[in-house]
Amino acid sequence: MGAISVRNVWVEYGDQIVLERINLEIASGAFVSIVGPSGCGKSTLLRLLLGQEKPTRGTILIDGRPLPDEPGPDRGIVYQRYSVFPHLTVLGNVLIAYEFAGSRLLGRLMGRARRAAIDEALALIKAVGLALHAKKYPSTLSGGMQQRLAIAQALARKPRVLLLDEPFGALDPGIRAHMHELIRPLWREHGMTVLMVTHDIKEGFALGTRLIVLDKWRDDPQAAERFGAVITYDLDLTRDNAGPVRFCNEPTVAS
Amino acid sequence: MRRAMNIAPERTGRLALALLPFALIALVYVAGSAQRRAVNPNDKLLPPVSEMADAVHRAALEPDRRSGEIVLWTDTSASLGRLGAGLGLATLIGLTLGLAIGVLPLVAAALAPLVAVICMVPPMAILPVLFIVFGLGELSKVVLIVIGVAPFLVRDLAFAAARLPTEHLVKAQTLGASTWQVATRVVAPQIMPRLIEAVRLSLGPAFLFLISAEAIAAESGLGYRIFLVRRYLAMDTILPYVAWITLIAYAMDLGLARLSRAAFPWAQADEGR
Ligand SMILES: Nc1ncnc2c1ncn2[C@@H]1O[C@H](COP(=O)(O)OP(=O)(O)OP(=O)(O)O)[C@@H](O)[C@H]1O
Ligand SMILES: [Mg+2]
Repeated sequence: MGAISVRNVWVEYGDQIVLERINLEIASGAFVSIVGPSGCGKSTLLRLLLGQEKPTRGTILIDGRPLPDEPGPDRGIVYQRYSVFPHLTVLGNVLIAYEFAGSRLLGRLMGRARRAAIDEALALIKAVGLALHAKKYPSTLSGGMQQRLAIAQALARKPRVLLLDEPFGALDPGIRAHMHELIRPLWREHGMTVLMVTHDIKEGFALGTRLIVLDKWRDDPQAAERFGAVITYDLDLTRDNAGPVRFCNEPTVAS
Repeated sequence: MRRAMNIAPERTGRLALALLPFALIALVYVAGSAQRRAVNPNDKLLPPVSEMADAVHRAALEPDRRSGEIVLWTDTSASLGRLGAGLGLATLIGLTLGLAIGVLPLVAAALAPLVAVICMVPPMAILPVLFIVFGLGELSKVVLIVIGVAPFLVRDLAFAAARLPTEHLVKAQTLGASTWQVATRVVAPQIMPRLIEAVRLSLGPAFLFLISAEAIAAESGLGYRIFLVRRYLAMDTILPYVAWITLIAYAMDLGLARLSRAAFPWAQADEGR
């Protein structure tokens, strides 16, 4: 559950090539860290996996089936910002996931169904350490607490794939370490595939079972936008001496 | 000496400063009125406060000799009925259509340009059309307010919905929300504070349309009364009526602001940080 195949995917915006020749086979249950310079297309890759955008060329499969062309509950997301709904309390933010599923028309649960959903939501909120803050609005939470809430919310529908776009990027180092301790057991427990974009390469190594580096394969100042980012390194971190799965350097890259 | 920009009044000082301009205006009026009366005892332009108090007493407390009704209350209830119906309908249209345009790209493609054009139609210019089509009764006055206010509300709310971060819309979909659920549980609640703000901004235009329509064709109403007594240069009635209308509009504005603060605490908490 949650295996991803990306096959020869290209993304172009007008003349600008952002991603090219992206080939990836991600095993179910992997924790893949994605690093790369700013603007190289990391968020773009996540948008493709969400189904928010279509690749210009190539195909993406999830568990062997073509990716749906819109976001759905099988793929969760946590952003660096704007992940949670400001108009709902901590409890409301998690509860709404169950309400979307249980009440097509009103989007609100009543009676026993509501109480059951609240119990489930509170269990998730407790798991991320926000049990004491269930009634607060996000704007009254600290940055770290907001991200923990975002994680709890993203887990509510039990996604097969969890996408994290610099989820801890705005947090200071101490809190970041806390978040690492939080996300690891959740990942194991839920058995999902995680793709995490990060700017912190140490974080990438610490959390991932695999590390992918996206970068432009050629820097040509005259025609920067004609060369997209490729996967330049792909490391298996589960082995003792993390060795490359494969090198993706192109013959044209100057050594 | 601190910079002027860093000097703020205390609580009581703030109140005193707020009342000062009102007091000054009252003072200037009283002095002007007394001076004109001294020159011409029959002056009608600036009646003294005592005469205005008499006029208010007649309008607000004594039944009218002809109809037996208390004029100020019939006028007020007639006007507020029209205003309430017009603003209520406009709000409903603004919310539903604004939400549809803000959430559904197909509806936006079909309606957004039309709404942008309709916004530019001067409502007063089509008032004769409304009188012809809907008659001189209540309907044409309510419709004038709706036509004058609703297009602005639609556009403003569509913008507000479009300004929400895309992340929210994607997020809701990853939690399994349908279009309807995104609209009703994610977008609508978040644009409610803006709806109230937009209605507050519309109060002025709504009163303008109400008074204009009443001035042209009506049997009762605050605007009707003002334009009726204008023939007798009855400033002693007109001025209190204007003050009364202003007070009503101000109270509505204040009430809506309070409502917004009480109903959407999450929208305020943001400003505190
Ligand atoms: N909708 C769009 N239209 C045109 N260009 C876009 C669009 N979205 C992204 N881009 C471009 O694609 C490139 C990659 O953007 P992306 O947001 O994926 O980068 P990133 O790797 O996530 O960067 P960062 O680390 O700063 O978040 C950028 O050069 C950006 O300008
Ligand atoms: Mg990014």
